[in-house]
Amino acid sequence: MIRLEKRPQPSRGWSYAAPVLAVLLTMLLGGALFAALGQNPVVVIRTIFLDPLFSEFAWFYRPQLLIKGAPLVLIAVGLSFGFRAGIWNIGAEGQYIIGALVGAAVGLALYPLESRWVFVAMVVAGAFGGWAWAMIPGLLRVKFGTNEILVSLMLVYVAESLLAAMALGPLKNPEGMGFPGSRNLSQYPGAANLDLIAGTGLHWGVVAALIAVICAYVALARHIFGFQVRLAGQAPRAARFAGVRPARLVLVCMGLSGALAGLAGLFEVAGPAGQVTIDFNVGYGFTAIIVAFLGRLHPIGILAAGGLMALTYIGGGIAQSNLGLPAAAISLLQGMLLFCLLAVDMLTHYRVRLTMRKVA
Amino acid sequence: MDLSAINPILLLASLMVAATPILLAAIGELVVERAGVLNLGVEGMMITGAVSGFIVAVATGNPWIGFLGAAAGGAALSLVFGVLTQYLLSNQVATGLALTLFGLGLSALMGQGYLGIRAPAFPDVHVPLLADIPVIGPIVFQHDPMVYGGLLIVAGVYGFLHHSRAGLILRAVGENHDAAHALGYHVRRTRMLAIAFGGACAGLGGAYLSLVRVPQWTEGMTAGAGWIALAIVVFAGWKPWRLVLGAYLFGGVTVLQLNLQAAGAAVPVEYLSMSPYLATILVLVIMASGRSPGSLGRTFHAAR
Amino acid sequence: MIRRTLLASGVAAAALMAAGLPALAQDEPTKVGFVYVGPVGDGGWTFEHNQARLAVEEEFGDAVETVFVESVPEGPDAVRVLTDMALQGADLIFTTSFGYMDQTIEVASKFPDVKFEHATGFKTAPNVAAYNARFYEGRAVQGHIAGHVTESNIIGYIGSFPIPEVIQGINSAYLAAKAVNPDVEFKIVWAYTWFDPAKEAESANVLIEQGADVILQHTDSTAPQAAAQAAGNVYTFGQASDMAEYAPMPRVSSIIDNWAPYYIERTRAVIDGTWETQSVWQGIADGMVGIGEITDAVPAEVKVTAEAIRDGIVAGTMHPFTGPINKQDGSVWLAEGETADDETLLGMNFYVEGIEGDIPQ
Repeated sequence: MIRLEKRPQPSRGWSYAAPVLAVLLTMLLGGALFAALGQNPVVVIRTIFLDPLFSEFAWFYRPQLLIKGAPLVLIAVGLSFGFRAGIWNIGAEGQYIIGALVGAAVGLALYPLESRWVFVAMVVAGAFGGWAWAMIPGLLRVKFGTNEILVSLMLVYVAESLLAAMALGPLKNPEGMGFPGSRNLSQYPGAANLDLIAGTGLHWGVVAALIAVICAYVALARHIFGFQVRLAGQAPRAARFAGVRPARLVLVCMGLSGALAGLAGLFEVAGPAGQVTIDFNVGYGFTAIIVAFLGRLHPIGILAAGGLMALTYIGGGIAQSNLGLPAAAISLLQGMLLFCLLAVDMLTHYRVRLTMRKVA
Repeated sequence: MDLSAINPILLLASLMVAATPILLAAIGELVVERAGVLNLGVEGMMITGAVSGFIVAVATGNPWIGFLGAAAGGAALSLVFGVLTQYLLSNQVATGLALTLFGLGLSALMGQGYLGIRAPAFPDVHVPLLADIPVIGPIVFQHDPMVYGGLLIVAGVYGFLHHSRAGLILRAVGENHDAAHALGYHVRRTRMLAIAFGGACAGLGGAYLSLVRVPQWTEGMTAGAGWIALAIVVFAGWKPWRLVLGAYLFGGVTVLQLNLQAAGAAVPVEYLSMSPYLATILVLVIMASGRSPGSLGRTFHAAR
Repeated sequence: MIRRTLLASGVAAAALMAAGLPALAQDEPTKVGFVYVGPVGDGGWTFEHNQARLAVEEEFGDAVETVFVESVPEGPDAVRVLTDMALQGADLIFTTSFGYMDQTIEVASKFPDVKFEHATGFKTAPNVAAYNARFYEGRAVQGHIAGHVTESNIIGYIGSFPIPEVIQGINSAYLAAKAVNPDVEFKIVWAYTWFDPAKEAESANVLIEQGADVILQHTDSTAPQAAAQAAGNVYTFGQASDMAEYAPMPRVSSIIDNWAPYYIERTRAVIDGTWETQSVWQGIADGMVGIGEITDAVPAEVKVTAEAIRDGIVAGTMHPFTGPINKQDGSVWLAEGETADDETLLGMNFYVEGIEGDIPQ
């Protein structure tokens, strides 16, 4: 009989070994899938997991990892604080959209003013937009006790409708021949979020993500806020005695995650994406939730998890064009990877015991 | 603008049809959430149901068996979620999101050989006598059987939750799993059954699209219906009858705005389409807390 | 072995590319890439582009190798996929959605020796051509049939997004229907989607309930056909693909996006070294817009006149937008005998006189 026993402390060894095990498991399962699809499993796995890093064109793929991974990491770091404290903001996708919309609106309103301050104003506006959108579920929870999971999720749909309305209406490019979508911000020097060093993929969003990881690491390890967050999650009653004000914690955590998601949206719309379009959001906000969990809500872990997710996206794209693999197989593989990681994560927190059933 | 062109009887009748897929998926999710589990993978289970139902219906030529296949397909996928969250104690939010990703990929692969094929016909029933009642007849009694099937399932769930012992246990598990466990109820087993039921219902909802509404298999054909189902559960305050109202409201907004457009009214479509979600938030605020199942989304692990 | 040579030439290509020099390997097959916005299984827009890709493979056999990536979001992912294809040695890349326009121009500027073809856009570059289809020509044939067969004199139109391409279609169909049936009225709903079967079914049902007995659609699923069939005695037209599985009723004809001739022609131009940038807008005459078989559900004499319109467009003797045509507000757009110029059509943002309602802004 197999029994799970909660460990008093999460296992250190397993917390490093589990992700490796999960990736290996995924390679096995995925390999079987690709073999079933008539592909050479070894080649496919190598293409997805290694080619982005070590192939002849890795000099191109590596920067792409930054572009793809930065928004995931930035959003996930913000979410991790709330998740640790038991505050569930799952509407980061909406905050990402609103951050991009508000930021882009500021940039477009100032067009064609030539000043680097345009970008600065957009960054502030983007963070504010995301923050304000996250404050709605935050305040509702504090004032009325409303479930923030559900409100933040509902607001994603509202944000998507707003995005479509803006792309078709007020933010539409007046020179766009009537097509939906705004001016291209990446072609507007005052507002563009371009590579800081050309060709490296290192734009302001990547810098922000790295800063966020470092700040989060310091805050969790050394700052009173990190202590409060951890305490509120692990022992809510004790936290109250220790002087943690739950309402304030909710607002701070929601606001922080919203602001970072808004920033991620702004950096995306001003840089890699360039435009406000109807389909601007591609699910970073939801994927970041998974990244946050895969990274065990730890900043360094999130960095690694974000990199891994980015790897499967980019490797998946290469596998599609080089090996003719359908897109569906890639999304299936990503699903498997997540399942495996979530499954083996159990080993960090629980001990598997084989017990003999006693004969009565 | 000519609003007289809108026939209220036909409007109500088409609303019942438009609401059916989301109603089916939502009633399943309602049971899952009443058992204290939050499965965000409804979209993934719906689309898997849509494709598996379609495949079975084409293979057998019988849409009824197709619906059975859809329920089986949705339930099978949901059990992946069940095993991960209940036995391997993974986080429900993350697992549910992963399930959607997985389901979208799986369905696309399964459906590759079924593009451009038509599903076997699934005729409407005209309920004898009742269908001929003026006004009410066309609205209520001239639809395909799954419209009534959905309502029957809702009634069944209502009866089960409120008038059966098993339903009481399920609610107890959802409200406070530790207490339910202490009383000797099987928390995990109850939840696994609820999750499988949720998957089966989501599968039926998906198959309603691929077998009745469209009726054809195309990738990504659920187009977000699963997420709407999640919203309706919340809107309904986890109550089966309010769920019907919610599904008709969400389905109704789309039908109504299209009707207004066709009648020549200038409709701010995007703003109208966000209104049900705002209404849901309003409902949440008015109901305040406490009404959502107490253990919703929390991992259960018995100390021994 | 092959892998190794590929690797070697890849490194060389990388080095050459960095220096901005040509990197064509002459002895290898010509590589043609396709970037799709949806899944190849959507049964509509992307499906037809993929059919054309298969036609290219069939035409050239071993001389051409094709690659594709499906469901590529319009944004940074498109830049990555395009760059990747160019790096992997593609000689010609088709980007098949309007939303890839800026990304195509951007990537093309970094790969001067790779040819790009962008669908439905308006920007070109020395190595970027633009191509689009005159779908409105097919709409004239549909409008003609619709005007004849309608008994309620109400024709429903499911629009996707209020963009020039769709508005051209509405105006073209309306003018053709009005020409044969002065009492005809158009009811237009905007679905705000290219592909959402449930929403398209609802749109069709709403139109049928409001009295429409002919439905034209600019969205890509067969859901409106199914709705029409369930309602009975409602005529529809296939869109993007033939949708022949609903013939002879409710689908009585169709507009087929037939990209194959163009893709084959442009691939051949690359092989021959004669490729030059251009911006083309091809219609029925060039084969880019196909008119699906007109079924027997349409009266024989209407079929004859409808085919006459098609043939007139092919011969160049007939233009769907020939004056006198007024705009919706009554102001003169085209004088007697005048035909519309492409620039006005490409930016079309008004209804012609007689259509009721406003284009959403």
